[in-house]
Amino acid sequence: MEGYRAATAKDVAEVVTAALAGAQPLEILGGGSKRGIGRPLQVETVLDVSGLSGIIDYEPAELVLTARAGTPLAEIEAALHARGQMLAFEPPDWRGLLGTDASAPTLGGTIACNLAGPRRIKSGAARDHFLGFEAVNGRGEIFRAGGKVVKNVTGYDLCKLFAGAYGTLGVLTELSVKVLPRPETVRTVLLRVAEGVAWQPVLAECLNSPHEVSGAAYLPGAVAGRSRVAAVAGSGGGIAAVRVEGHTPSATYRADAITPIVAAHGETEQLGAEDSAVLWREIGDAALLAEPAAHAVWRISLTPSAGPAFAEAVGNQAACDALFDWGGGLVWLAIGAESGDAGAAVVREALGAQGGGHATLMRAADAVRASVAVFEPLAGPLAALTARVKESFDPLRVLNPGRMYAGV
Amino acid sequence: MIAMPMPDAAVLARRAEIVNALRRIVPGEGVIDSERERRAYESDGLTAYRQLPMVVVLPSTTAQVSQVLKYCQQHNVRVVPRGAGTSLSGGALPLADGVLLGLSKFNRILDIDITNRCAVVQPGVTNLGITAAVSDRGFYYAPDPSSQIACTIGGNVAENSGGVHCLKYGLTTNNVLGIEIVLMNGEVVRLGGKHLDAAGYDLLGVMTGSEGLLGVVTEVTVRLLRKAPTARAILLGFASTDHAGQCVADIIAAGIIPGGMEMMDQPAIHAAEDFVNAGYPRDVEALLIVELDGCAAEVDHLIEQVEAIALHNGAFYSRISQSEAERELFWAGRKAAFPAVGRISPDYYCMDGTIPRRALSRVLARMRELSEQYGLRVVNVFHAGDGNLHPMILYDANKPGELERTEEFGADILRLCVEVGGVLTGEHGVGVEKRDLMDTMFTEIDLNQQQRLKCAFDPDGLLNPGKMFPRLHRCAELGRMHVHQGQTRFPDLPRF
Repeated sequence: MEGYRAATAKDVAEVVTAALAGAQPLEILGGGSKRGIGRPLQVETVLDVSGLSGIIDYEPAELVLTARAGTPLAEIEAALHARGQMLAFEPPDWRGLLGTDASAPTLGGTIACNLAGPRRIKSGAARDHFLGFEAVNGRGEIFRAGGKVVKNVTGYDLCKLFAGAYGTLGVLTELSVKVLPRPETVRTVLLRVAEGVAWQPVLAECLNSPHEVSGAAYLPGAVAGRSRVAAVAGSGGGIAAVRVEGHTPSATYRADAITPIVAAHGETEQLGAEDSAVLWREIGDAALLAEPAAHAVWRISLTPSAGPAFAEAVGNQAACDALFDWGGGLVWLAIGAESGDAGAAVVREALGAQGGGHATLMRAADAVRASVAVFEPLAGPLAALTARVKESFDPLRVLNPGRMYAGV
Repeated sequence: MIAMPMPDAAVLARRAEIVNALRRIVPGEGVIDSERERRAYESDGLTAYRQLPMVVVLPSTTAQVSQVLKYCQQHNVRVVPRGAGTSLSGGALPLADGVLLGLSKFNRILDIDITNRCAVVQPGVTNLGITAAVSDRGFYYAPDPSSQIACTIGGNVAENSGGVHCLKYGLTTNNVLGIEIVLMNGEVVRLGGKHLDAAGYDLLGVMTGSEGLLGVVTEVTVRLLRKAPTARAILLGFASTDHAGQCVADIIAAGIIPGGMEMMDQPAIHAAEDFVNAGYPRDVEALLIVELDGCAAEVDHLIEQVEAIALHNGAFYSRISQSEAERELFWAGRKAAFPAVGRISPDYYCMDGTIPRRALSRVLARMRELSEQYGLRVVNVFHAGDGNLHPMILYDANKPGELERTEEFGADILRLCVEVGGVLTGEHGVGVEKRDLMDTMFTEIDLNQQQRLKCAFDPDGLLNPGKMFPRLHRCAELGRMHVHQGQTRFPDLPRF
């Protein structure tokens, strides 16, 4: 595989223009940490944008940070940490899950894949914090959209479109994101879920309380046993976890207010900041499903109350491990890879029966991801509209072609 | 005044035929033909602009919307969608040769799902109507534009409406889970649902704030939030807007994101106080209303911190609400600011730009200069937390030339917002009002890319044309590619 290293937006535009002239599609690469997500590309040329690096502007009181697309996420998070702030969408690090030792995730890749961690339910995904950008479209033109302020409705919200487009619409070169204060205190209330106790209504009760829950997950016994947090691993059964964060008097009050709600359903325990950090990292990174590495891993977003029935329906047909986040609205499944389609037919049938949503095959061999729909297949008019949107940015399909859908 | 696209004489000549065709799709009173009744639709919240629509159609089902749009596309007829018509940027301004498509009959709440904290509603339900339907369960819908009594959720989606609480709780786009839309070709597409994030491109995100140019919203699934147990507000008076602005920056830098944080300048304070007697101090140059919400432990803790930060920044007036009634009174003045200004001037023009807050004193100083230059008074209210300015220019439409001067003054204010690193509109939309200023913020390449996206949804440019873009281009022209085979220099970059 050959490629180019760009250091400026102008470099990127030049490479795209050359790609157009030579009908040579490009794979766009930052740190490469999420390269294994999506359909395998049949592309011979790489455009490496990791050289577009560095924070351009960061003013904590404005809640806005602007950086070049290839800036390592770690650099951004360190700069924010130093000023008591964070990326509130809690970007996960899936390198362990994907079994890659690629270099650091970048800001551009994080936004392009619309990452979101456990705090999604309270603070949104990457899309909700993406304020503006500069990018190169599939015509080799440098263009801008959005702004560098937290409230803006000028023109179409192309930020939303680019968050989660996996680089198929343009090459991001500079991004502005909204940043927020880091919580002073974090507490997690654990529930040891006894056999026969329905955990989802307990999480829903906590989420429906006024206590501003910022994480609500369920780990079945087999999965909980792999946690590095002793209180979780040692419980011997399933664990429901509810997180509250904020200013100290508030977070401690709310953790204590949630405890009796949870205690009505079983034994409880509170975790402090350190254990909470480890546990919610494990959940967001889906680290507890990383092994066995041969299993196919799915990530499914659906109606929260449908989470348990969906997982049960899949489990009845294929042996799998499950992990539930977002109060049941996000299901991670690791399915034994015996079946040729990585369980796609079973997963999508069960999802359809539970009111729909979307299922993404996050981890499987290249050959499987080439033959199975990695992203949720789109219905007729929506598929056609998606193809027209792609064409409006990248008419000759030179940018990450086929990464999400064939022909897009 | 901003010019709308030239009416198509061929369409106007077929008016009777079009009206009849629409009557076949929407029977009974759903098609409004008489001039007297059409008059009710000639304007929205941007009242300086008026245009009688060719015909008004009020469908009541998605199937009817689909057939209307399909008919209009096949017969090359322009369409302007409309919710309650409260847009302040002329988003629902009719076209002389266009069908005005009103969604007012889509007024039902279809599903309230407390377990999953969401509600499915038709687009003609009012913003406040959603909250009213769930408040007995302790929930609410968070975005709260000033027009929330009247404005509809469909219009909120089209405009990505905000409100005074959006720094903490987000705009419409952060609070909508799913929509059903009808494209100009009549196709019905469902985006999202009760789950989070999109399968494929985030077209829900693009539709939100697309100002009725991409599709017609026929159903909306919104997130519901649990009401905070406690809210308290603090009034803070300063000797200058600079001090108040620094106080806002310090509050945020201290890690506090208030539920609401509003600033008013002295003319706004006096106008509001004269109107509703909210108890505002008259001797301050700038007033902040800061509201903290959450559990009592949080609110009590933070309101003391906010007061300390304010005193450190020279606040010489401070009053913390001691009751719910007092908190509401603090807000009554701010919420009545627009009508209050309406009492001191025959007309006023409400602007809406966002700036980086650090530029506040520069912008306000320049605004004072412009005010003198144009001979027009200006009153400022300001969503201080997120830098969203709402200057109100006072004028008298009956004085010849004064509206034109007001529009020029307004345009200068918005250019100033862009110049200091801000944007043309924070929450009111571009519409007709700011259409011709888009070039101050975007290049021709930027705008052409946005218009190409419109072509993906509406290739004939029939849906709400004349809004948002200063120049209309045909999609065929925008789609042309100039690839220079062999002429392109190979990139002179490091290779591997």
